[in-house]
Amino acid sequence: MNKKRLFLLLFIFIFLVGCATTHDRLLDTDTSQVQLRNIQSRVFDTTDKDKTLRTVIATLQDLGFIIDKADFSLGSITATKLNQYALRMTVTVQPRGETQLLIRANAQYNITPVVDPEPYQNFFTSLEKSMFLAAQEVD
Amino acid sequence: MKFKNSKLAKTLSLFISSLIILSCQPKIPKEALILTPESLENRQLQTRKYETSDEMKILGACAALLQDLGFGIDESETELGVLVGSKTRSAENAGQIVGAVILAILIGAYMPTDRDQVMRACIVTKPSEENHCSVRVTFQRIVFNSRNEVSCREFINDPEIYRDFFEKLSKAIFLEAQGV
Repeated sequence: MNKKRLFLLLFIFIFLVGCATTHDRLLDTDTSQVQLRNIQSRVFDTTDKDKTLRTVIATLQDLGFIIDKADFSLGSITATKLNQYALRMTVTVQPRGETQLLIRANAQYNITPVVDPEPYQNFFTSLEKSMFLAAQEVD
Repeated sequence: MKFKNSKLAKTLSLFISSLIILSCQPKIPKEALILTPESLENRQLQTRKYETSDEMKILGACAALLQDLGFGIDESETELGVLVGSKTRSAENAGQIVGAVILAILIGAYMPTDRDQVMRACIVTKPSEENHCSVRVTFQRIVFNSRNEVSCREFINDPEIYRDFFEKLSKAIFLEAQGV
């Protein structure tokens, strides 16, 4: 009888641990800010924002995305890929120093944030091919 | 290992499986962000070049065409040549409804059928070499069933749709030039 109670308590405990609070979900506190920036950002040796943004759009289209929003001044593109799943991605292009542009991407797969380095690496590899420029990691 | 108490074994297995369920989260498919040979094929299917350097004129014709096709404009950024529109249409399918009715009669189960769909179109223009402007269009749709659940989300990849669209776009560019 005692063992049963113990298990029940353990169950409840685990479920409570499994449930994140609104605070955790809203601010996605389980990932490190610096680490996330690192895996989501690359630097390109160009200052042509217009061409870069247009190439980002073309790459997203090649990958099967549909553009949801685009803003030249802010340098941001948001797109969604539907393939039974929904993959939503925002890409921003910002000047970095005098000679470079910083491209940052973040993605959401259905209802979970994408925090693995691999999908981002794949995205930047695809982008490199269309940019004809190498993507450099941010120091 | 043998448990004396089968109840204990059951509880333990339940406990372990709940741990496994909690620890695994759906992962993004590996190929989601990789270019494939089909990517290039699709690009060709979805793109046409027009002989003009006036990107704004093409965008204007595209906006008029979206209206012709019953789309509302959701987003536009003329500096980047982006135009996005959507419309909601019925997704009812006679075959599916007949199937659901037969199922209901035979086993009394209710099967939701497709009810409506949001169809989205995205047009991107791009000035290309010497006096040319390329236009790329992509479509997708989200289908909702009679329970208001999403029953299908997909990319529309029917070559005929794209051919038809560009035929209409050529007409729209002509009409735009005539000021109709």
